Amino acid sequence: MTDVVMPQMGESIVEGTLTKWLKKPGDRVERDEPLFEISTDKVDTEIPSPAAGVLQERLVEEGKTVSINTVVARIDEGGTAAAAAPPPAVQPQAAAPPPPAPAPATPAVQAPPPPPPAAAQPAEVSGPLSPLVRRMAREYNIDLSRVKGTGAGGRITKQDVESYLAQQQAAAAPAPAAPAPVPAAAPAPVPVAAPVAAPPPAPAMAPLPPAGQPKTRIEPMSTMRLKIAEHMVASKRTSAHVTTIHKVDMTKVARMRERHKADFQARYGLSLTYLPFVARATVVALRTFPLLNASIEGNNILYHNEINLGIAVALENGLIVPVVRNADEKNVLGLQRAIVDLSTRARSRQLKPEEVLGGTFSITNFGGFGSVMATPVINQPQAAILGVGAVEKTPVVIDDAIAIRSICYLSLSFDHRLIDGALADQFTAKIKEALENWSEEVL
Amino acid sequence: MRKCELRLLGRIGYREAFELQQQLVAGRKEGSLPDQLLLLEHPHTITLGRNGHLENLLAGEEGLRRAGVAFHTTDRGGDITYHGPGQLVGYPIVDLREWKRDVGAYVRGIEQVLIDALADFGIRAGRIPKLTGVWVGERKIAAIGVHISRWVTSHGFALNVNTDLSYFHLIVPCGLTKPVASMAGLGVHANLEEVSTAVAEHFGRIFDCEILPGAGLSLACSENVL
Repeated sequence: MTDVVMPQMGESIVEGTLTKWLKKPGDRVERDEPLFEISTDKVDTEIPSPAAGVLQERLVEEGKTVSINTVVARIDEGGTAAAAAPPPAVQPQAAAPPPPAPAPATPAVQAPPPPPPAAAQPAEVSGPLSPLVRRMAREYNIDLSRVKGTGAGGRITKQDVESYLAQQQAAAAPAPAAPAPVPAAAPAPVPVAAPVAAPPPAPAMAPLPPAGQPKTRIEPMSTMRLKIAEHMVASKRTSAHVTTIHKVDMTKVARMRERHKADFQARYGLSLTYLPFVARATVVALRTFPLLNASIEGNNILYHNEINLGIAVALENGLIVPVVRNADEKNVLGLQRAIVDLSTRARSRQLKPEEVLGGTFSITNFGGFGSVMATPVINQPQAAILGVGAVEKTPVVIDDAIAIRSICYLSLSFDHRLIDGALADQFTAKIKEALENWSEEVL
Repeated sequence: MRKCELRLLGRIGYREAFELQQQLVAGRKEGSLPDQLLLLEHPHTITLGRNGHLENLLAGEEGLRRAGVAFHTTDRGGDITYHGPGQLVGYPIVDLREWKRDVGAYVRGIEQVLIDALADFGIRAGRIPKLTGVWVGERKIAAIGVHISRWVTSHGFALNVNTDLSYFHLIVPCGLTKPVASMAGLGVHANLEEVSTAVAEHFGRIFDCEILPGAGLSLACSENVL
């Protein structure tokens, strides 16, 4: 018989309030399994059982405050075998409060006591499971009843799951020498030596999570995500967003691009996309309509003499807008070189802080992802942003005849506080005009 | 020196934060994680400790819903309390077997962290015997409620930085009829980041551990994202 006492929780603590019993008399408890809870000084503590056995009697009622080292319960360690015998046999004695509800109902002679958990149902897992073990079981789709527990009271530990996984893999991969064609990006799920030769066939449907598992997963947002969130909401709150969309015939540019693509690649090692053409036309339009290259500062309009073009670059888990400085001093080649350089370094996270500052107007090329038109959010404190849709061959009517042309939609989101619709459309029409009547030679 | 990972979570719902705590506690118990210090802010929430008294909730459920306040019962020590924007909430997950093994010392340590952090902002705060928490005069500026399982702590403290104190009118804080205070109410206008920095620093000193900033927080160039 083991006495369970009110534990010493610290030097200055002389008593504790027993707030909750987690086991009833007659219940089997494992060593280290939470047995009751106490409260001291704004701290609630779960107290684990000092021994394995059957809870014989509870000597302190819930809500009572007792000094440390007071015996609060007794555990019968011989209870291991006794557990198989009907639990009602061990009735609490006088002092302890009677066990609540179900226990008194069972002694009725014919009704057999509930079967002891151990041998009867092989699927049952003995002992409580830690959240980590449960998660691992779910992740690797393991039937925990097949895992042998070596922890306290036969509890399944993380190590048990790992060694079970290692065994399974050893069995599945008889030839450890064969290098497994595991895709580089996907790390091996378990830190065991031999890589999985062939991944287990994926189940037709994802296994349902066991009942009682959370349906959601929580992950703090990255700093970049937080920044994006902040900027987006701040921008929407600051600017009166309006988007105007113009249809642009890119056929001329497409032909120019076709003509120079191979040469461009050979000579400069760069592919030639539509983006530098759009950027070049935008610079021309910004020169003509400086209000689009301005920002609001208090009650003033701040006209920027430099044209610094922000180019939105999609990253794996975010977005960044590096800036092509003095974009008006660059031709299509120079623009393309700058855009490729900045976006490559943005993706490898090698941009210098100053390379993302000081933009005066931005371009976002969602057409690269197949979008035809969208309504971009202004990059504060700028006044507008141009969205470039995908260039697609489209049947169009020209002089009452149907022709195939390369069509692209340009979306301009502008801050209506500063720019009125007429100006926004003049500006976009200017870009359209430059692109449709492309005259500059590229090289 | 022991290590303590600092996690700055920003604004996060009570339930999400609670689930994260549970995962971290499980990891800490197995020894797969070092100690943790979670610093965050909750949306409007009222929580009732395990030994709390529902009669200390003055507003009915309908009243809470109309005020946009979530309600949770929880397993920390202490009675009822309010969390909300402008309040710095800290959830230290510490294995006390590696630090004094003393629940009383732990609570006094948390109080000291907050008292010292407040002193950095020129606020003289202290203790009132038998009333856990941090007080400025007779007014409570920080509440404490802790849960311990196998000597690993969870839950923690809530410091009113620029909390809208009118929400405390929905409850009797911690069952006490003493008034509450905030840093802003005392004329100190600090933001949560500044106070977080001070709290983390004093936490490291009092609990004798090296504070490791969370992964992914040192990204250089995310200023001009769009």
